[in-house]
Amino acid sequence: MTTTTLAVLVPLLPFLGSVAGLLLGRTAPGFVRPLAVLPTLVAAVLAAVVAARQGGGKAIDAATQLTPTGSVPIDLALYIDGFAALVAVLVGVVATCVQIYSTGYLRDDPRYPSYAALVSLFTSAMLLVVYSGDLMVLLVGWEIMGICSYFLVGHYWETPEARAASLKAFLVTKLGDVPFLIGLFALATDAGTFRITGVLDAVASGGLDHPTLIALLLLAGVAGKSAQFPLHTWLPDAMAGPTPVSALIHAATMVAAGIYFTARLLPVFAESAAAMTVLAVMAAITMVGSALAALAQDDIKRVLAYSTIGQLGYMAGALAVGDRGAAVFHLLSHAAFKALLFLAAGTVIHAAGTNSLTAMSRMSGLAKRVPDAYWTMTVALLALAAIPPFAGFFSKEAVLVAAEHTALGDQTIQPAPAGAGWTVLVAGLLTALLTAAYALRLWLRTFRGRGAEAPDHGRQPIAMTTVLWVLAIPSLGFGLTVTYLDDWFDGHALTPTVTTAVLGTGLAAAGAVITYAVWRTLAARTPVAGPVPLPHVAHPDADAGLVEAEALHLPHPAEDPADPGRALLGSLHAPAADGFHLDAVYRAAFVRPVLAAASLVRFLDREVVDTYVRAAGTSAKGLGWLVRRAQTGNVQTYLSALLAGSVVLVIAAVALANAVAGA
Amino acid sequence: MHLAYPAVLAALLFCVGVYGVLARRNAILVLMSVELMLNAVNLNLVAFDVWLRDTLHAGQALTLFTIAVAAAEIGIGLAIVLMVHRNRGTADVDRLRDTAERPGSPDDGPDDGGAPGTPTDETPHGEKAEATA
Amino acid sequence: MILAAQAAAETPGFLSPSGVEIVFLLVGLVTLGAAVVTVTTRQLVHAALWLVVALGGLAVEYLLLTAEFIAWVQVLIYVGSVVVLLLFGLMLTKAPIGRSPDADSGNRPVALGVALAAAAALVWVVVDAFRTTWIDLDGAVQGSTEVTGATLFKHWVLPFEALSVLLLAALVGAIVLSRKKEQER
Repeated sequence: MTTTTLAVLVPLLPFLGSVAGLLLGRTAPGFVRPLAVLPTLVAAVLAAVVAARQGGGKAIDAATQLTPTGSVPIDLALYIDGFAALVAVLVGVVATCVQIYSTGYLRDDPRYPSYAALVSLFTSAMLLVVYSGDLMVLLVGWEIMGICSYFLVGHYWETPEARAASLKAFLVTKLGDVPFLIGLFALATDAGTFRITGVLDAVASGGLDHPTLIALLLLAGVAGKSAQFPLHTWLPDAMAGPTPVSALIHAATMVAAGIYFTARLLPVFAESAAAMTVLAVMAAITMVGSALAALAQDDIKRVLAYSTIGQLGYMAGALAVGDRGAAVFHLLSHAAFKALLFLAAGTVIHAAGTNSLTAMSRMSGLAKRVPDAYWTMTVALLALAAIPPFAGFFSKEAVLVAAEHTALGDQTIQPAPAGAGWTVLVAGLLTALLTAAYALRLWLRTFRGRGAEAPDHGRQPIAMTTVLWVLAIPSLGFGLTVTYLDDWFDGHALTPTVTTAVLGTGLAAAGAVITYAVWRTLAARTPVAGPVPLPHVAHPDADAGLVEAEALHLPHPAEDPADPGRALLGSLHAPAADGFHLDAVYRAAFVRPVLAAASLVRFLDREVVDTYVRAAGTSAKGLGWLVRRAQTGNVQTYLSALLAGSVVLVIAAVALANAVAGA
Repeated sequence: MHLAYPAVLAALLFCVGVYGVLARRNAILVLMSVELMLNAVNLNLVAFDVWLRDTLHAGQALTLFTIAVAAAEIGIGLAIVLMVHRNRGTADVDRLRDTAERPGSPDDGPDDGGAPGTPTDETPHGEKAEATA
Repeated sequence: MILAAQAAAETPGFLSPSGVEIVFLLVGLVTLGAAVVTVTTRQLVHAALWLVVALGGLAVEYLLLTAEFIAWVQVLIYVGSVVVLLLFGLMLTKAPIGRSPDADSGNRPVALGVALAAAAALVWVVVDAFRTTWIDLDGAVQGSTEVTGATLFKHWVLPFEALSVLLLAALVGAIVLSRKKEQER
């Protein structure tokens, strides 16, 4: 088979698997698991084959036009360069891991068939986005991902949190998607085509008339999908979905789409210095803010969600300084360790019966209960904190190096303002410190708790633990491939330099040391016998998904003196735990006006429009009533009216005749 | 003789008949008023016939026919009135209101939407039974 | 127009009535008065009797208009049979003897208004139209029995026969309507 055929099969197979899963889910439950795992697995293998054949060389570009579509043609186009090939492999691998993990995690879930089909559809949409060479086709995948995230985040729709979170995810990303759509149209109008190659050619020949406007409009969509400030608020709430969905959204699909899209069209953004500056500021705020918020969260998954936002900030920062190689490099390594973190967190939640870090810190021996999750999570957290030689170190260094080069004004691939470079560099270094702090806090609070023995739920399913170890391999070693990866991207070296490596690692180590010191001090101060175990879900044999759904209801303790995050943040803790009150801002800026407008419309409909409707009915009825009054049944009355009428007619006729005769 | 005399007399008689038809309650009195109207027309016919000196005497022939038709009409009319009186126990014109909606029936007010056409012939049957008993 | 003007010039005025006119006027007043009493009296039987007076007065008017055959037919049919029929009808419907307070329906004011308006309109129109028209009663006899019979059976035979069928139908209909039903007997 040609590479093009294989590439077409990659998004197509999960799609067919999803359709088959939806159709057969109820009638043939035995096929659901194979239908969920196998197409995704084959798609991952095929993506790997495509990547091997492409080999980072010349981009594969194929297109076919189904039907004429007016002034700007829409093609079914493939455009596979090194970025697309590698990201597709990543998506396939992570999606396969998630599907396998889900077979264990949602073993007894009654809605597993539809869940698995939606995950497949989600994967298929992301692969479509990755491979598509046409912006309109890309948009199709982009929007399918939006609706899939809505359904999957709302998987536990019985709980109000999940319902609210799914709606929020959908609406907030839509808030970005509308300008995104307009931006796409503007871009296509300027470039005269929806083809990515055509757009890039137009940019190269200076054919864009409104680069800043287009770039800013597109950035809104990217911020929505990739959870950048200020449209990031849906991501922490999306934790109400099952853990595998979180892993999928955070690692491979959805949030990666925004970064990937920007990387693809980076020349368009680079046309406008203003857009690059906006992107840099956005990335910087996102990085620092989310790291602070992560330090204050109590829900283990929310910590990870905020860390995702922060890492996406790194990628956006890399794009802002014009180095898309670094951005996609960080995207790949982050996907590996973040998927691992989420899946391991799912195991931990199952074992602990709670998602509260405070509750976990009052259990001892959790590490012994889930040794696989313990070891793999340690690896992933080290990668997250960018400790060499783990994957995160190399990719983060690549970002920092790019920022440093831009800031100092030497050797950039795309033109980017130096201010953007400085912004990203400083924010990145600060975030490195904070990231190490919250990673260590998470680890200490989860696995170094003191108090009652953790409940014993027996061994975790083999499907879940195997996946953890599989994902641990790239988390550990992906960074070592850095010297080969150059060829796949723009050919720009991604290896770390001494300055940034020392600075970044030093700051991370400093953050870790400070956190550890604070934790030890607080632990020594708190009496050992003092902490009482907090409530947790206790079902020895329950399905992991069911435990998590139930854990959503558990209260999170507001006060915990043993929390190092509280001591580190000081007075910042309360706003950081609340996401810096951004939800309140949204409530005031959007929700309230919309609700007010809705009640106004309701009033207009009920009181004004309905009044006309009711009046129409009542007046007809009243007229009928009046006319009916005349129908007395008395023949004499009728006859009187008849004769009176004829007399009137006679008089009128005579008067008229006289008038005519007189004239 | 002036034609105005019989013509005005005919017009006045006709209007008296109209008044009787519209104002009388008893059906037989209404029939009497109808006779007055018919006679007014007859007078007109005769007067105009004499004035015009029609060779066919159409006016007088038509008057004779009208008298014959009036006789037939009074026979049928009285038979109907008798039958109504037998069935309803009354020959009062303004009490024969079966074509009207019942006063006090659910459809009486303007604010209720009850379906018309509810059976309203119970009381007439009752009256009929009364009359025959 | 010229003929009409000449006729107007020839015709005598209303202020110098002939004898026939005076008689016609007086009988007409009696007839009209009797008719008015017929439609206004509260005694039902009296109404029928006043109707006799009115119809008889009309017969006299026919005579004055030289329509003698019509006059006798009027007396025969109306005064002789129709009024008798009406009296029978009153009797059979158990009409009260003496004054009945409810002889007039509630429609009376409307009826009065309509009748007066109609009377005003008609009288105005008729007077306006026939102010100067003169009937010449001295010519050939127009309504004698001989003349009427000759025209009736020469020119009006078919309508006459049709009318006889109508009368027969009316007769049968009246019998059918007034007959009591089998089960009610």
